[in-house]
Amino acid sequence: MLNKDYLRVLYVDLTKREASIKERKDLYSYLGGVGLASKLLEEELRPRLEALDSVQPIIFAIGPLSTIFPVATKGVAMFKSPLTGELGESYAGGRFALAMFLAGYDALVITGKAAYPTYLSINGTKILFRDARPLWGLSIEETGRLLREEEAGSGFRSTLRIGPAGERRIKFANVNVDTYRHFGRLGLGALLGSKMLKGLVITGQEDYPIPASSKYNQTYENIYQKVTNTELMEKYHDLGTAGNVQAMNALNSLPTRNLQSSNFEHTEKINGEAFAQEHLGRKVACIGCPIGCIHIGIWREQFGKSHEYEMLNAAYDYELIYALGSYLGIERSQDILQLIEKVESQGLDAMSTGVALGWATEALEKNFISLRETIVPLAFGSTSNYLKAIDYLTQRENDFYFTLGEGTWKAVEKYGGQDFAALVGKLEMAGYHTGYASILGQIVGSRHSHLDNAGYSLDQSMKEIDKEEIVSFLLKEESERCLMNSLTICLFARKVYDLETVELALSSIGIRKSQTELLQLGREIFLLKLRLKESMGFELKEISFPKRFFQTPTLHGKLEEKFMDELLNLYQEKLKEDRI
Amino acid sequence: MKKAKQLRASNMGKCIGCNACMLACARFIHKNFSPQKSAIQIRTQGGMQTRFTANICRACINPPCAEACPQGALVPRAGGGVSFQRNSCIGCQKCLVGCPIDAIVFDEGKNSPIICIHCGKCVQFCPHQCLSLEEVTIHVE
Repeated sequence: MLNKDYLRVLYVDLTKREASIKERKDLYSYLGGVGLASKLLEEELRPRLEALDSVQPIIFAIGPLSTIFPVATKGVAMFKSPLTGELGESYAGGRFALAMFLAGYDALVITGKAAYPTYLSINGTKILFRDARPLWGLSIEETGRLLREEEAGSGFRSTLRIGPAGERRIKFANVNVDTYRHFGRLGLGALLGSKMLKGLVITGQEDYPIPASSKYNQTYENIYQKVTNTELMEKYHDLGTAGNVQAMNALNSLPTRNLQSSNFEHTEKINGEAFAQEHLGRKVACIGCPIGCIHIGIWREQFGKSHEYEMLNAAYDYELIYALGSYLGIERSQDILQLIEKVESQGLDAMSTGVALGWATEALEKNFISLRETIVPLAFGSTSNYLKAIDYLTQRENDFYFTLGEGTWKAVEKYGGQDFAALVGKLEMAGYHTGYASILGQIVGSRHSHLDNAGYSLDQSMKEIDKEEIVSFLLKEESERCLMNSLTICLFARKVYDLETVELALSSIGIRKSQTELLQLGREIFLLKLRLKESMGFELKEISFPKRFFQTPTLHGKLEEKFMDELLNLYQEKLKEDRI
Repeated sequence: MKKAKQLRASNMGKCIGCNACMLACARFIHKNFSPQKSAIQIRTQGGMQTRFTANICRACINPPCAEACPQGALVPRAGGGVSFQRNSCIGCQKCLVGCPIDAIVFDEGKNSPIICIHCGKCVQFCPHQCLSLEEVTIHVE
């Protein structure tokens, strides 16, 4: 914590409706973010109990640079994942980090279960358990509006909430943060739902005077110049991550029609350029980031004959365009926005939803399931059927949609079709079919995210495939990212925040850590996360790869299963050596 | 003819809500890490789906905040707005009520109002040229 020698943690028990604050000097050396959150998770987690058991904790944390340095905009959530049953770790931007900073907390630990729908109002040390019964069942947007109207702190607060998907414990339900950002992927929304926690509104007025001798101003300015006056981050501002659609397609890496292909013939209609031309209304930023990568698409829909229109908007990014676009064979950008708006209003993870529906479409084609299961004839390119299917999924309409809501892996267990289920472990894949490093990286990554260790990026820079290089890159990158994530810097700024810059930034606010110590900390956190994962029962040797990964060409051509197995073995050996 | 500088927020349609301006004001002028300690205040009009607005001192020629101050701590500035005499301020917050557009915020820590000095530090850090520091001619009335 800024200007202090401890980290301040707020503990909230929903069962007892009690809150307490602890000053944790003992955890100070973890800085914050994923380091602090992992330690707190280790303390609070009951690894062998079910993910949705009411005793399980949710940990939120921010980092020492949050808000006060450019692009240090993220908060982390850690938990036992309802989707995979192992490590849950998720990041969100928006105003969450600012709100925690102003409330005066480095971390927030939530345990227990409320007796009826509740939302938490956190205004500095004033913690209220507020009645959310009228909000239960409401969409993300409507819940957000009501929470904003009820609570104080305009401009300096963060509003987190779940939608109907989280309430119904869909295992890949997310938590919406300030409308356009999310704690996504691993089912944090289901965990909030199981605790009857509809949302949180966080704000505060903590005072942080800058010490007179501080070099903070100069350090801030140097980093600000690097962010705004160099090319390091321009691509995120220009077309945004949507720029990747064209790039991935050109590299044979854009998962298309349930990964039956890695090219989409309609890419030009759904790439970053097309979205910018047809829909881009404005860009917005997370607090403290001068880039503004959040691209808002606008469109109108006619609902009546007499020129009756409504205007809609949704934030678009590469991953959403891939999962709800090419992956489902959708060729109209407006249709993709409609699908995005649908998953947003329900509070579902877009990537998992897209991959689950892509699998279901092929399973129907191949008669693993029938119309009795899918109710509507799911077919690649059919937006209206997918829109209905997303509602069925959220409503848990029948046995099939109920099972699909438990995760694609559960549906595969029940209905078959494993060969064409694009899963990394129990998680639906990310949108990068780039090669060996991407798949291995997601399989071994501590939360099975492409962002754990950036294998997809190595695939793009590696000319000759080299096993040793892949394995050592993934191990090194994941450790370093654990450090970056302890500072909760947005990973888009990872090139701005090289080790020397991190050292200077920390030192300008009175935290002395050498570059060697920083790297050691990253490694320590990486190993801690592995231990946590293993305590929940995860074993790398139980992993298997779906056949589909080897049938569809990547940037490096078709991959071989045998080679992938060898890579996995090598990774396990190197990791073993690394841990000694 | 005499000239003076005034802060303007004329291009707020371009604002991305990054708060770099607030952080600059807090950092340089009010020596604080918190963007709450800023004379410029960026707000939405009800959530992120709405446009961002800037609540700033509009540099009144006969400033009502100065009239409201019982201590004479806010002295009308040539060219509009006020200069703040910290030593005279008693922290009564009458200036906050006195400003008809609620452009003054209060610093509880220092027990004094946060007054815009029209210095342009916020302008310097706006990545989208939403803000400007305009030179105006002082008309003696």
